[in-house]
Formats: sequence, C-alpha cells, structure tokens
Amino acid sequence: MRLDQKLIAEMIKPGARVLDIGSGDGALIDHLFRHQGCDARGIELNMKLVTFSVAHGLPVMHGDADHDLAYYSDHAFDYVVLQRTLQAVERPREVLRQMLRIGRYAIVSFPNFGHWQLRLKLLLNGRMPMTTVWYKPWYETPNIHPCTIRDFLALCQQDGYIVEKWMAIDEEGERAPWRRSIRLANLFGEQALFLLRR
Amino acid sequence: MVFGGSGYLINSITPFTIDKHRHAHFPEGITLDCDMHLAPVDVAYCTYGQLSEQRDNAILLCHAFTGDQYVAETHPLTGKPGWWERMVGSGKPIDTDKFFVICSNVLGGCMGSTGPMSVREESVKKELWGTDFPPITIRDMVRAQYKLVRYLGIDKLFAVVGGSMGGMQVLEWTVTYPEMMLAAMPIATAPFHSAQNIAFNEVGRQAIIADPDWRNGRYWCEGVVPARGLSVARMMAHITYLSEKALTRKFGRRVRQGSSADKSAGNFTGPLSLFGDIFEVESYLRYQGSSFVRRFDANSYLSITRAMDWFDLAADYDGELTAAFSGTSVRFCVISFSSDWLFPTSTARTLVRALNQATANVSFVEIETDRGHDAFLLDEPDFDRTVQGFLRGVAEHVGLY
Repeated sequence: MRLDQKLIAEMIKPGARVLDIGSGDGALIDHLFRHQGCDARGIELNMKLVTFSVAHGLPVMHGDADHDLAYYSDHAFDYVVLQRTLQAVERPREVLRQMLRIGRYAIVSFPNFGHWQLRLKLLLNGRMPMTTVWYKPWYETPNIHPCTIRDFLALCQQDGYIVEKWMAIDEEGERAPWRRSIRLANLFGEQALFLLRR
Repeated sequence: MVFGGSGYLINSITPFTIDKHRHAHFPEGITLDCDMHLAPVDVAYCTYGQLSEQRDNAILLCHAFTGDQYVAETHPLTGKPGWWERMVGSGKPIDTDKFFVICSNVLGGCMGSTGPMSVREESVKKELWGTDFPPITIRDMVRAQYKLVRYLGIDKLFAVVGGSMGGMQVLEWTVTYPEMMLAAMPIATAPFHSAQNIAFNEVGRQAIIADPDWRNGRYWCEGVVPARGLSVARMMAHITYLSEKALTRKFGRRVRQGSSADKSAGNFTGPLSLFGDIFEVESYLRYQGSSFVRRFDANSYLSITRAMDWFDLAADYDGELTAAFSGTSVRFCVISFSSDWLFPTSTARTLVRALNQATANVSFVEIETDRGHDAFLLDEPDFDRTVQGFLRGVAEHVGLY
C-alpha cells in the first residue's frame, strides 16, 4: 500500500462503509477490510485490475467516476474515496457533488498543478511542464482537468463543502511539512489530500 | 426437406432412453405461478463433495437452458463429460474439497425432474403431461430447487451460481429467498429476457411446432419425435451462443465435400449445387442439431423457453429493478463476456446499477473473450480466477476457511 493510502486509511473510522473510486489493485479496500473491519468496496475502470481484485476476493466492480456514481443512493456510504483521479475525470465538479451525495465524507487526493517545478518550467521554457508526477506529454495525458490546491479549495468554498482536514504530500505519499500555510503547500506539495463533508 | 440432398436424414435418429436419475420425490408438490398445483414433483439432482457438519458449505449450481444436473461426471445418456467439469471438482475453481455442490434438473426439464415427459399421476390413463404440462416460470424452477435444498437439510446456502438461464434462476433466488444464501453469482445473464431473445425462442418453438412429427405435442403416443424441428431450433439457438469472430476462427469459409452417397445417386454435387459440398459451419450445426435431439425433449424445449421469455424480475415491483433487491444482504458477483450478444454486458451493467442503487455488495467483471455467450462453459482463465477468488473472498469474510 502506498504511503498516501495509509494516510487515507487513518482518516477512516473502523467499521465504516467505504466506496473507493479508482480502487486500482484493491490495496486500500483490502487494508480497510482486514485491519479496520470496514465494508469497503471498489470501482475500477481498468478491467485487468478489476479481475485481479475480484480474483483476490475483493468486492470490486467495473465502472468509472463519471458514469456510475449517479446510480448509488443517497448516504449509501460513510466515506467515498477518490485517489489521484480527480484531474482525469470528465466532470470533476459533478464527481465531487456525487461523492458527497452518496457519502457523508469525501476523501480526495490529486496531484497539485501549483507545484513550484511546474510553475518554473512553464515560466522558463514556455512549454507544458513535465515532471515525475506530470510525466505524459500534453497530447497523451489523461489528466484533462489539472488544478492547484488553491483552485480546489476555491471550488469547495463555492460549492459549500467543509474541509475537515487537508495535507500536502510528496510523490511517495509522505506527508509534507506545509501545514500552516496553504500558499506554501500549494508551492511545495506534489500531491494534495482532502477530507471533505457536506 | 433441406437435409434430404446431403444424405442427412435427421428423423432417422433415435433418442436415448430415459434412465432412472437420482431424485427427490415431493408428493405434496408445489403451487405454481399460474396458480395451478403441481403434484407430485420430482427433482432429479447430483451432488459433489461433502456437506460440512455445520451445513454451511453448500453451493447450488443452476444449469442453463439445455444443461442438466450432470455437472462434473460423465453424462449417463450421452457419455460425454459433465458440462462444467473444468470448473467443478477437487482443486478446481468451485472446489469440491471445500464445498458441497448441488445441481438439479430444472422443473419442466427432461432429465428426471417433473416435466412434460413425466407421467401425469392424477389422470386416469396415466398418460404423460406433454403439452398439458402447466406453464412454468423461472420462479417455479427456483421453488422446486428450494424444496430440494431443504430436503437435503440445508438452511442456508453458501452460494447460488449459474450462467445464462441458470443466472436467471440465481437472480430469482436472491429475490424470492434472499435469506437463503450468502452469495450469488449470476453469469452471462439478465434480469429480464429481451425482445430479441424472445424472438429467437419463438423461431425455435415454431420450428418444432411446424414439424409434422410433433403431432400437436402428442408425438410420444406415436413413438416418434419432432427431430427435424427440434434440431433446427437447436441449430438456430446455437448460432446465438457463439460470435461472428468465433465462427470465423473455427470454420471460416472452409468447405467439406459432399458425401459419395449423393454422387452415386446421380445428384449433381458441384460446388455451386444446392445439396452438394457444404460449408464446415453447416456441418457443425447439423451435428449440434442431431446430437441435441437424442437427449432433449421437444415439449420441454417449448416449456422452458416460455419460462425464460416470461422472466422479468422487476415485473412484480412496478418495473423497478432496484426495489426487487431492496435491503439485500447477499454478496453479488455479476460476470459478463465481452462478445456475448445474447446477454450483453450492457444488460449486465443495468443489473449492476440496480444493485448499486439498492446498496448491495456487488462485484462486476466483464471477461474479455471473442467466444460469445458460450464462453462461460469454455476455458477462460480470467473467468476461472474470478469465480474462485470471489468464492474464496466470501468464505473468508464469513470465516468459513
């Protein structure tokens, strides 16, 4: 399990009902079931990973954030998790709305486009920045809706979501030290992790 | 008749005789959806593995339309391997070292369970039911299975598993007896029979009825079988179980030479003649048709296809599929196959979304294959892993092993 998944797991109360959107190989839901007694389920787009997960006994279904969330009933889960995917969905705002409709809490992580390296590269080269996080050229990237930490906070404010917790994390998922200042976090955090509620 | 010229007389085939199958006898019978009371009822079945002391390791397998209870043993009539021998057995994905596996012949079938070929006990003449056999539904089949499960001393099944029409039964189980199982695995199936599928069934039925040997459904009085009609029905249905890609890969446009009997009879058998050389795919279908009529009863075909056509889980819930599953605690694993156009993934997704809305615990996998609907009977490693993994996951969840 990645380090940021550990941070996510720490946000989730034992025994909770959890929906993990983009559950990948199922590491997080497996951990939540085994160690926290959660009823944790996954949605995953990549069919190989879906088959892999189900073959390992995990409740995972094929589907995606844009098209399948609308079919869940209100308050069906305590937590709805979206890991490193928000920037790749068709309608991020709608996905957030759906997450907080079907779950009491939403846990969202995304790569921060406000990181200093990206800013500097665009400023100096005048070309779309590429880093270890943003490593695909603009014409191939699935990340069609990149945002910065401040952008995301602005959207939460606009749509009336309460930020329970937030943190900047580095690429390995280690918690970054920029907790006091959002501006510094937005400059130095490679990834961001939010716990939201309605 | 189209078969005449190729020296291929389907009506010359004699059906196998029906042996005694292992069965449970229920003199009290069951009340059917049509309000008729059917008694007595026999349910023929096979079992594999051992029922645990806690009686908590039973898996009910529901067979597909033309399948039967001989899942994992040589079929007593055809001598062929069981239809799911690669899935069910010691160390196999449905592991009989761990699970007690039950499969029964469906109500309306012709492999020992009560159906059109059964003797009508209440009649004076002790005739067979034939076309007087009451109209049955998928739920009626499930009612008969329920009786069997209880008869075997099982209060709660570990899982109900089945493909195609077997999948319909699985879904019906989860709605009619939701407390009776921990897990359900509907495979290559749908929560209702589509207009297209009803249409295919109707062509099959009409082919049987149009056969003069059907004799208004009383062929059994006269020692004949409507073999041509039944085999045409099978041939047509068999196409729907495959895919264009699978047919192309298997047969392409390869041609098989016409038989020498035709040539000696002076028939013109050049490549462009009507009854001369035939395509491999034609020969294959004819074989499928002719072997089918030896093991399947025509009136059963009519009864069961009708039951499938009437299947619509949402019908009793004002068309709301979600309501059918409301509050379910069953763990679902829905599986579809990418090239299945009879029970396509899109319909499976409709089912999954209804389950999501009901907040059911559902896994959903589409297996990538070009082999069409029948893929669930064939060697598909991803499918095997999914079946095995899901069952293991549920078992782990409830602390079974």
